[in-house]
Amino acid sequence: MGRLFAVVVTVITLLSVSFFVMHTWWMPVDISTTGPAIDHQLEETMTGSGLLFLGGQLLLGLFVWQSSDKNPARKIKIFPGGANPLVAAAIILVGIEILTLTFVGSKAWAAVNLVPAAADSLHIDVQAEQFAFYFRYAGPDGQFGGLHPDKIDDGSGNYFGLDPANDVAARDDVVVGSLVIPVNRPILLTLHSKDVGHSFYVPELRIQQDFVPGIEIPVHFTATQTGKFEIVCTQLCGLGHYNMKAYLQVMSEADYEQWLKGQEGQ
Amino acid sequence: MRMKFFAALALTVAMGSALMVFATPPPAGSGSITGKVTYTGTPMKMKPIDMSKEPSCAKQHATPITTENVATGPGNTLQWVVVYISAGDEGTTTASQGVRYDQKGCQYLPHVLTMLAGQQLQIYNDDQTSHNIHPLAKVNQEWNKSQPPGSPPIDTKWDKPEFIAVKCNIHPWMHGYFAVLKTSHVSITGEDGTFDIKGLSPGKYTVTAWQEQYGTKTQDVTVGAGAATANFVFTATPY
Ligand SMILES: [Cu+2]
Repeated sequence: MGRLFAVVVTVITLLSVSFFVMHTWWMPVDISTTGPAIDHQLEETMTGSGLLFLGGQLLLGLFVWQSSDKNPARKIKIFPGGANPLVAAAIILVGIEILTLTFVGSKAWAAVNLVPAAADSLHIDVQAEQFAFYFRYAGPDGQFGGLHPDKIDDGSGNYFGLDPANDVAARDDVVVGSLVIPVNRPILLTLHSKDVGHSFYVPELRIQQDFVPGIEIPVHFTATQTGKFEIVCTQLCGLGHYNMKAYLQVMSEADYEQWLKGQEGQ
Repeated sequence: MRMKFFAALALTVAMGSALMVFATPPPAGSGSITGKVTYTGTPMKMKPIDMSKEPSCAKQHATPITTENVATGPGNTLQWVVVYISAGDEGTTTASQGVRYDQKGCQYLPHVLTMLAGQQLQIYNDDQTSHNIHPLAKVNQEWNKSQPPGSPPIDTKWDKPEFIAVKCNIHPWMHGYFAVLKTSHVSITGEDGTFDIKGLSPGKYTVTAWQEQYGTKTQDVTVGAGAATANFVFTATPY
């Protein structure tokens, strides 16, 4: 029985590792300038933790095999050296691994989260609410109107709480339900939520950032490929959370300009 | 001299016809109030609605629908204005039939639904997606109900007269109104801005026109045997 368990453990270990080695379920295409560094970091994390997983599990299988040996001379009863060195070794090994990954990975993380957005970034404002995303462009004047949460009125399409009657800058703001951006141009998003916590997740951009009500959170990226990608909410936000999504459309600069002109007319 | 003659003639004709009205009273309920609701100024632009996140709804609209809080027609007309008798004969106060409200293509149909207080209201979900209808009642009891596709209609009613804004807790763009009234003498303006309140006995009435963005306007109207006229003009602002 013990030997059978040892075999099962070994088979499960090798099978699960093979899925990762062969990239059976892997990430979608990367369309972000910061994506390669993140993917590289992910590969390193996967390799490091994968090797530890593989070693640990195979060792477990070996010990299970040995401890169920019929021959009393070969049968292991306690872990060689006792439990204390084992626990100490595990803490040190895992500790080193985590610290190393943090240290090595901080560069990729910082490129996304600490480096400020390029000065010439296209600034787009994002409002999350149960259960949709809305996107705001500054319009021809290049100025965003102020936000007045008391003016929010979904029925008349005022998802952001603009006050065009008193605020000239708000009058030409373009508010849409899809995020349309030009390719190869730095984009700066400002995330804010109308109600509860939400999340902005575009797997292809390798970006996942929470919305926190009451806080404006900047996110920046540059898309390197045109196409249509899904933006999904990955923070359980209520009844319609499963249905909370929007689309990211990355266009050529010319197509984007044309699209924007069309929107400004409305 | 000639002016005086015409004035006297007009007065005689008017008195004569008034006498005739009194002499042979018309059958009750044959009178009506018709008219048109228009605006002056520039109304706010209605915004196109992006439903791309709900493909089963988006594909039902060849061109994107727009917000409807100020629905206008050619000739400065206003649609979805509820015109009703707010004082005078109020007509029946109980209804034998219920009214139907639909959620179709992620839109409320009709945009404004009139009903009597206490009248049965059935709310259908005709879509392939879940809706969560949330009437924002203040005088009546507020509630919200989830309706997955294929659910039976919600059977309900409102006890007190009130204009109740309706929203969907899942699709923020969905917006409509329940106009719960204590009178059955009501008409909603079409795209041409016209209304027609039928079945009125001769008499004096106060007529109220309600538009969701601009509020109410009232005027007194005297109804004789035929159609009396009452026009309403709202002042529109672009923002
Ligand atoms: Cu959400």
